[in-house]
Amino acid sequence: MDRLAFLLATGLARGLVVALFALSLVIIWRAARLVNFAQAAMAVVAVYVAHAITGLTGSFWLGLVAAVVAGAVVGLVVERGLVRLVPGGTPLPGMIVAIGLVMVLQSALGIAFGPQHRPLRAPLSQQPFVVGGVPVLSPYDLFVLLVALAVVGGLALLFNATTLGLQMRASATAPEVSRLLGVRVPRMVTLGWALSGGVAALAVMLLVPTELGLNAHSGDMLFVHAFTVAVLGGLDSPVGALVGGVVVGVLVSLVTGYLGAGLAPLAVLALLTLVLLVRPGGIFAVKEARTA
Amino acid sequence: MTTDRRRVRRTLLRAALLTLLAVGATFLLDDYRNYQLAVVAAVFCATAGLTLLVGLTGQLSLGHAVLMAAGGYGYALAAAPAAAAGLGGPARFAVGVAGALALAGAVGMLLGLAGARLKGPYLAGLTLALVIALPAITTEVPGLGGGQGLGVPFEGVPDALRGVVGVEQWHAWIAVAVAAAAVTPLALLRSGRAGTRMRAVHGDETAARLAGISPARVKTGAFAAGALAAGLGGAVLAVVTQNVSHGAYDLAFSLLLLVAVVVGGLGSIGGAAVGAVLVVLLPWWIDLVVAGVGLPADVEQRLAGNAAVLVFGVLLVAVTVVWPGGLSHALGGRVSSLARRFRPAPHVPPTLTER
Repeated sequence: MDRLAFLLATGLARGLVVALFALSLVIIWRAARLVNFAQAAMAVVAVYVAHAITGLTGSFWLGLVAAVVAGAVVGLVVERGLVRLVPGGTPLPGMIVAIGLVMVLQSALGIAFGPQHRPLRAPLSQQPFVVGGVPVLSPYDLFVLLVALAVVGGLALLFNATTLGLQMRASATAPEVSRLLGVRVPRMVTLGWALSGGVAALAVMLLVPTELGLNAHSGDMLFVHAFTVAVLGGLDSPVGALVGGVVVGVLVSLVTGYLGAGLAPLAVLALLTLVLLVRPGGIFAVKEARTA
Repeated sequence: MTTDRRRVRRTLLRAALLTLLAVGATFLLDDYRNYQLAVVAAVFCATAGLTLLVGLTGQLSLGHAVLMAAGGYGYALAAAPAAAAGLGGPARFAVGVAGALALAGAVGMLLGLAGARLKGPYLAGLTLALVIALPAITTEVPGLGGGQGLGVPFEGVPDALRGVVGVEQWHAWIAVAVAAAAVTPLALLRSGRAGTRMRAVHGDETAARLAGISPARVKTGAFAAGALAAGLGGAVLAVVTQNVSHGAYDLAFSLLLLVAVVVGGLGSIGGAAVGAVLVVLLPWWIDLVVAGVGLPADVEQRLAGNAAVLVFGVLLVAVTVVWPGGLSHALGGRVSSLARRFRPAPHVPPTLTER
């Protein structure tokens, strides 16, 4: 029973980071109607910048801010410099370019920084509080929880309660009509990329202290988990991403704890397959067009 | 009907000529080059299927390496008991190939069924998760040998040819023959009715459905056909390296297969061949250059592997943005425009050719 409570608590903490990353996929989907396969590699680039800042100043918090800013800048540069050049029409060229970008960024980071893991320490303790003899969340986990909730709340406000959010949603779903109504569609798309890059970098930055350290491939598993979450919760729903993130985190934690770490990727694959076979477009998918 | 038969005959003739040419070339190559030729042939099996899948039906698979791995494991699982039962030579090889086809076909069929239901990013994500889960599968499923992988019986040179061809050359012959057997049906599919159906489904699924084509069946079929070819490629790799393990079929290799078909030109079999040569030889050349420059050991270690991936990533982006047809389009465009001067091009509705 203690073990279950402990695994649930770690799963929750892990899942919140995944949820945060999945949120960045949701943002980019809402802003540009695409799944960005380069999201993890871009975020890792930003976290390398943050790592350098933390190393220079000695402050984790400055690094955290730097990660968000650098992530936003990376998103902006990638959108303006690369994605805009991709021929539109079908989603295929965009996905291929994103995969090429992953290869470029990861190999460039590998050449520049080598294969070793660079440790990054958070100033908050990762020793869990013990409640009634059961170890539960650590202060760091609570911090991640607060950040995740704040980001979800902020995004919900942005997308649902502000003119800017409305314009962003409009330019994603109906670019032509939005342009006729005076929305600057390209600017909204760029903004979406920057926002999404910032959130993704924040997620990776929060993940690194709980892992071995920073490496060019630090974000890979996070991306796979977050993609599963985004599919589980629907690419259009921030709340779905949050709930899905917790579900995937708890699932991975339970499978790792009871059945062994080797089975965790299989569990994720099985969950993804199951969801996609039952609801091919994700759980909250809406039919885009009649086909029969 | 007659034009159809002529098309089949012409494709078969071309395949036979190219096979003979490749077999002849093995006499000019040394042992290591023959080994590389065998690897190129194996990769070509996979890229030929992938180019049809991505280029014609528009389904992006990031997990094609898994299908090759399925072929390799299928070969090993079938050939080892055959060897234990005393079979040798062609009979054992045939049993192994049957095993490769069975396992790769089954995995491809399952993926194809998923692919028929899933749209672009979802299929790409599912295949990505699959290739990342491959090490876990081979470690957790008993009988697959974990990280060590499985041994594959050695295919020696038959007695009649001993003294004429070396082991590497013999393996290159096997690889070329298997590649011919794997790719020729794909070429026939592509130029025939099935290819038109695939383009139609990619162009407009609803319109294709109205024309009496079942998109699900076409997509599943494309996946299964590509999987069988990739499985044969995996079997060849297993024979050549006498081993199959998940380490060779990671995400990086899967992405290389994608680079090969994009750079070669999506939908083009010739492009898939050029791409296969490129992804096998370019990393080797780059490593030679890096080793030859005489950099410090530390820098050299960082460049190892990464430099090739960097070049391939840049190629992937550059070709997609600047040169969407790939190499085959750029080169083939000149040849066909020359050919068009001598014979009028058949009229094809524009919606089928544009993508």
